[in-house]
Amino acid sequence: MDAMKDPEKYLEELKAKGLDPERAERFARELVLPGHREISTGDRGGPFPLFSRGLYTWHDLAVLQAQERVANPFTMQMKALDELLERDRQREKDGFPRKIKVGRLVKPGKGGKGKIVVVPSTEEEKLVHDPTIRPPGEGGSTGGAGKGEEGEVIGEQKVRETGEDSGQGPGQGEGEAHELDTSAYELGRVLTEQFQLPNLREKGKKRSFTRYVYDLTDRNRGSGQVLDKKATLRKLVETNIALGNLPDVGDIDPSRFLISPRDKVYRIFSMEKDYEPQAMVFFLRDYSGSMAGKVTELVCTQHVMIYSWLLYQYAGQVESRFILHDTEAKEVPDFNTYYNSRVAGGTEVASAYKLVNEIVAKENLAADYNIYVFHGTDGDDWDTGGDKSIPELVKMLSYVSRMGVTIAEHSGTQWTEVARYLEGSGLLRDKADLLRMDVMTEDAEEARVIDGIRKLIS
Amino acid sequence: MELINQHTKEIMEGCKVRAREAGLSFTDETLEYIVTNRDLIELSPKVMIPTLYDYWVHDVEVLRGKGEYELYPHNPYETVINTRPAISFYNDNNPDWLNVMIFYHVLGHIDFFQNNHCFRHTWEYDFTGEALSDKRVIAKLRAEKGRWVDYILEFARSIDNLVGYHEELSPLLAPSAAECSARLNYYFDVFLQAVKKVAIGDYLKEVAHFNELVQAHGSERGEQLFFADVIAKYPELDAHFARNAGVQHRERHDLLRFLIENSEFLAREENQWMRSVLEVVRKTSIFFQPQIRTKIMNEGWASYWHEKLFLEDDRIKGHEVDFARVHAGVTSLPRVGMNPYALGMRLMQFLKEAGDAGRVGYDFHRLTDAEARKNYKTDAGLGDQLIYKVRSELSDFLFIKYFVDQEFTDRHNLFVTGKRLDPQRMVWQYYVKSRKAEDYRDMVLASLYHPPYIEIAPERGENGTLYLVHHFEGKQLVQEYIANTLVGIEFLWGNEVQLETSEAVVDAPRGAGREGAEEPQITWQRVLYTMKNKTLNRKTL
Repeated sequence: MDAMKDPEKYLEELKAKGLDPERAERFARELVLPGHREISTGDRGGPFPLFSRGLYTWHDLAVLQAQERVANPFTMQMKALDELLERDRQREKDGFPRKIKVGRLVKPGKGGKGKIVVVPSTEEEKLVHDPTIRPPGEGGSTGGAGKGEEGEVIGEQKVRETGEDSGQGPGQGEGEAHELDTSAYELGRVLTEQFQLPNLREKGKKRSFTRYVYDLTDRNRGSGQVLDKKATLRKLVETNIALGNLPDVGDIDPSRFLISPRDKVYRIFSMEKDYEPQAMVFFLRDYSGSMAGKVTELVCTQHVMIYSWLLYQYAGQVESRFILHDTEAKEVPDFNTYYNSRVAGGTEVASAYKLVNEIVAKENLAADYNIYVFHGTDGDDWDTGGDKSIPELVKMLSYVSRMGVTIAEHSGTQWTEVARYLEGSGLLRDKADLLRMDVMTEDAEEARVIDGIRKLIS
Repeated sequence: MELINQHTKEIMEGCKVRAREAGLSFTDETLEYIVTNRDLIELSPKVMIPTLYDYWVHDVEVLRGKGEYELYPHNPYETVINTRPAISFYNDNNPDWLNVMIFYHVLGHIDFFQNNHCFRHTWEYDFTGEALSDKRVIAKLRAEKGRWVDYILEFARSIDNLVGYHEELSPLLAPSAAECSARLNYYFDVFLQAVKKVAIGDYLKEVAHFNELVQAHGSERGEQLFFADVIAKYPELDAHFARNAGVQHRERHDLLRFLIENSEFLAREENQWMRSVLEVVRKTSIFFQPQIRTKIMNEGWASYWHEKLFLEDDRIKGHEVDFARVHAGVTSLPRVGMNPYALGMRLMQFLKEAGDAGRVGYDFHRLTDAEARKNYKTDAGLGDQLIYKVRSELSDFLFIKYFVDQEFTDRHNLFVTGKRLDPQRMVWQYYVKSRKAEDYRDMVLASLYHPPYIEIAPERGENGTLYLVHHFEGKQLVQEYIANTLVGIEFLWGNEVQLETSEAVVDAPRGAGREGAEEPQITWQRVLYTMKNKTLNRKTL
């Protein structure tokens, strides 16, 4: 697998094995961050955060009184959420497109720090100029003051490592993964109830490690909460036989029993481990060069929603793992990294599947969890015909509760490699209860994304 | 929201006296309120107007991705609003000296609101009062019509950036003495220019001829004599004039007004209430229009005065260092980026200085020698006169266009920062793109607010179609927004709607991003969107 370390070399190998020229070229293009698709413009951060800040973002309250924008507090919004969604459904009945979006992440809070939350949001659409259209490689211009000759470079910012998208969608920064949960659960409820996502039919219960129930299951002699009459009687008979107080077992006269306090058997409260379902979700995402822009946003939006839905279904008992892959796969600690990372690399789906199999085997997860795997990709795979992916996939299907593959196609492409080999393998048909695939175009609307979830999980 | 305490109010009244002495002019009464975060949550979606109508979008997090300030041209966090009396907002824990500084800034804004001609249409009424009555109208309609009021509000707001602000303003500013007969207007404005297409010299000769006759014989007799001459030269004039009178001169630019006046759907008995909603949205939008068009000037003017007046104020001695710190935060020129406070204030100071030294007249401008220009100094002392004139008569566009020159940019070391991709090293480079005043000026002008120019072409709509033409000015429209906006217009118009616009086609040559690859090109094509029965079609023209 050394070849994987160097995608260029790997590509040569693939070519040597015979690769049709059209695909070879497509792969080669993936190795450079494509110029014609949006590369991260690094609008935030960088050496000059003011670069992309327009004239009109300056205002009196901020500069004079240090009063930054106050975000609508989240609690206020959730209370009204049901009403908002009801309104939105009514809109649809009245014949207008829906306007409320959920599952977007924004980051309120002062000074760029804050947590990630899921809030209902909307857009007011108008006919306005689009300031973002400019030749690729041009980052725009703004004012400046101070020293420096014409042409002199006064600062630099790496494209690849920053790799963070600005604009709408998830906020970036040091949000903690857990912060997602509180609002995500609420979102899961909304998705289930308002958007009529189905409930899980069979969750499959496994023993829980964290939950207990209290029940009158243990017994104690002499004292306790409730007298267990049958057990007490049995004990009495035993004692009386031993004492010779019971000459004829065929004719027992209870009034002649000798009763010892130790013979009284009580039931007492005790802590019992409960049986309840819990889930482990693996989110897999292709983060190669071709995934830039809308595709990533689409996949991530869907993944947040799926996560929320599972969280609701499992009453909070969901753990999530995030895996990114190009030709190699790696696990990342939180959703932020998951969403924001980007490399210029090739694509090999099998690497991610393999990593999941390894993690599951190593941590023996299959025994204790309902395992879900969701994979988002643009459908490109250097692994022609799925020679490597399919065996890993088959292995995975032996333990997962559901595997869902989302393919967000770039406009203009159709019938992508991944879609082709999944279809070709027959697994979609034979294991329809375990494996689902959803193909959408990169400019799909939110309604379509939610529809996709329904397809993946129903 | 509560009024500021009497102690602070007294200090502020003292500020007013000093500001008046310095030459600012503003109405006597002002209202100052303490605002908390909670108040701001409610106020900011309503653009700080406490009485603005309710709308559900105000309660939702609004995504402000692309072109936020194109969508929301008014500043949601202004510290003072242009009402009668003017209302300003303060944090509750500001120290006195800071309130003094802020209040001088606020007085600068109030003076600007009440004297700059871009705000002329807001001078005669109190917007909060009107907004309150509009709010009641909307609330009443909502009680009767339910959610449909919100749909109409939404559709109206989706085109509220296309209001004819300048059309609204120009009759207010046109000098009344210049009123001429319709025939005279037609002759000079249309006939000579559009029909006869005479040379400029001949045109001026005609004007001079007219003026001569009016001077010699008085305006009425003069005009009669003038037209006698004209008819001799162009016997067809009256026929043309009569024909032209039949063509209704329509306000074309303002889509909202066009819909109110011409939509058959809105004219139906059961839909007439919708017109009131459209009127409210239109009026609100027109009210806010001048704010964004004078951002640099307004902030520059207020910063100029808060600096000057604060330092002259004897009551707050001992807080110079505190002041300097806050003031520098507000008005320092950033290494990279554009700060309207900094730019505007420096331009105002530059003009004041130029005026004082007499570097404003013909004598100065005909100098070509840089050294002589630099040392040019008279004791004209016209600085105040100049900046007050500028404050009254200009908008950002003209302010920047007229006064940003090489001398100004050199003095403050201003340059245009560019950002480009270095594809070999995969880094974005920030670099000094140009130090030419011209380039700097163009860069600032290009970043100013400018809504798309969309015109209604009634003659091109067939079978009741509303045909909109977007005049291309180098930028395309945000494509994602087109569909929903047109759904709204279709609803209000009650029939099919078409929009002609331009869109970019990026030719990405193969191997883009690699060394030696051709530069990708942007070409523009005209496209026609058709919205019919809520379905959008796109056709390349």
